[in-house]
Amino acid sequence: MTRPFLSVEDLVVHFPTPDGVVRATDGLSYTLEPGKTLGIVGESGSGKSVSSSAILGLHRKTSAQVSGRIWLDGVDLLSLSDKEMQQRRGKDVAMIFQDPLSALHPYYTIGNQVAEAYRVHNEVSKKQARERAIEMLDRVGIPNAKQRVDDYPHQFSGGMRQRAMIAMALINDPELLIADEPTTALDVTVQAQILDLLQDLQREFNTALIMITHDLGVIAEVADDVLVMYAGRAVEYGTTKQLLTAPAMPYTLGLIQSVPDLTSDVNEPLRPIPGNPPSLLDAPNGCAFAPRCTFKHLVDPPSLPDEVMPELEEIAPGHLRRCHLKEHDLSKLIPLAAEKVEEPV
Amino acid sequence: MSAPLLEVKDLTMHFPIKQRGIITRTVGHVKAVDGVSFSIGAGEALGLVGESGSGKSTTGRLITRLYQPTSGQILFEGKDISKSSARELKPIRRDIQMIFQDPYTSLNPRHTVGEIISAPLEIHNLVPKGSRLRRVQELLETVGLNPEHYNRYPHEFSGGQRQRIGIARALTMSPKLLVADEPVSALDVSIQAQIINLLKDLQKEMGIAFLFIAHDLAIVRHFCPQVAVMYLGKIVENAPREQLYTNPQHAYTKSLLSAVPDMRQAVVGGRRERIRYTHDVEASAASTAANTAAAASPSA
Repeated sequence: MTRPFLSVEDLVVHFPTPDGVVRATDGLSYTLEPGKTLGIVGESGSGKSVSSSAILGLHRKTSAQVSGRIWLDGVDLLSLSDKEMQQRRGKDVAMIFQDPLSALHPYYTIGNQVAEAYRVHNEVSKKQARERAIEMLDRVGIPNAKQRVDDYPHQFSGGMRQRAMIAMALINDPELLIADEPTTALDVTVQAQILDLLQDLQREFNTALIMITHDLGVIAEVADDVLVMYAGRAVEYGTTKQLLTAPAMPYTLGLIQSVPDLTSDVNEPLRPIPGNPPSLLDAPNGCAFAPRCTFKHLVDPPSLPDEVMPELEEIAPGHLRRCHLKEHDLSKLIPLAAEKVEEPV
Repeated sequence: MSAPLLEVKDLTMHFPIKQRGIITRTVGHVKAVDGVSFSIGAGEALGLVGESGSGKSTTGRLITRLYQPTSGQILFEGKDISKSSARELKPIRRDIQMIFQDPYTSLNPRHTVGEIISAPLEIHNLVPKGSRLRRVQELLETVGLNPEHYNRYPHEFSGGQRQRIGIARALTMSPKLLVADEPVSALDVSIQAQIINLLKDLQKEMGIAFLFIAHDLAIVRHFCPQVAVMYLGKIVENAPREQLYTNPQHAYTKSLLSAVPDMRQAVVGGRRERIRYTHDVEASAASTAANTAAAASPSA
């Protein structure tokens, strides 16, 4: 059997703290093929960034307990030594961060930083690296790259900084690119440009892309598959079309319903998900979403979600969900949804 | 027709660019707000959208008079407050309150929720000391928090709950106008809708007028029947919501709308056509006949 290009298997990231163990990621599995995009959705603290940083080996061994398998092109990244990981980081796997201003060093020129990423992994002269940096900056749409290469980050606008970050991430032609909320800090018009650019470059280099975001609109535009995370676990996984048109887990449905779009009825109140996200310190034994679920009373018996964690089950080819409800088509249940949930005080 | 609650006429805010040397001198100005006019009636909501740097937040801060405008008029209930002194402004500050973007930095971490919410009562000396606690609890209940939590500190609350505290503080004085500067953009998606619904309920029950500043076009559409689009310090289009979103007149509005990611795209597949906007704002603002606000400001 051939293994998928990227296969994350039962990934666990725990942070021991004086107050207890923070289960940031708890048994996460997914796969990704070259040229495809996986969208990871979830709110802050759901473990989407933590699990992705684990692929790059960014967790310090003294403060985080990481276990499971991360197979990239036949190699388990978690079994590599620090030195071996260092050789792959930025070469085979690269990452784009949310805030380009804090991800770029203010004291070095853009060109310097982009060229450095190239020199670390290639035996080239400074001059060659600079040429390559200019070429990449030009490729990501920085006008007048030859002159701008000597600018400092503060001389770039937000969108241009993010372009420089993309140039830096792609300069070694990585097989896997992780973009952690790459457009959250940007204006919508700039966001659209950056998303278009990422997709063009992905097609050109056949890169596998993990797009971490909380914006379902962004997911709809770029992702082939979507993984929805809640409290450190996958709660729903499937193709973008499956998830957005036929969500089978109440949290996914709640996310879709709570966002207005440019055509929704303005006289209808928005339908928010009640309550607040759980603390990862004392995660409940049962379904983590149960305290906020408006369908909980439809489960037989209604106490089941509080006591037993549901398993990920396949409800259609390639469509997985973690839920106790018998019904797969949640649209049938919407009229039966509870008005309120009991708020924990 | 009676006069609107708030009327802004040809408002400008120019920040000086200073060059430091032996003698510090002003070498130019950033025209953050450059001839902006609009009005808001009692109990109405005006949305102000635009990119970062378009001057929308500065406009909000001018109306709450956190800044002194360079020129122009801010008529609140017919009285020009653009040049009022701090003393003259004090009674007006009861009527104009603000909700801030970041619920983490806009609450004093060393004060309890009760102290935060009752601070305006103390400053304006309105409610006698003995009944302040009752007022605080009333307000906590209004914004959907447990009234018994007045003794807790901000760090004990989640982001959404903190934003509710910020809203309670703004409501203490029963304001007539609330300036909400990106009130939900720092919150998780599932929480944003809770806050929007709360603000909408408050508007209905208390008849508060809103200047709703945000960059999320879908949320502004949901909240505001009238929407103004700002670009480089000017309002380029100001129209009723139906008109602005279905039939935008200005090229910049069209470009902005075409850039909004759309969930329904998953069903259609492929990529939507984007409209790029790289036009000179002066020329285009003048050419938009529908836009009375920008046409009224031929300055610059």
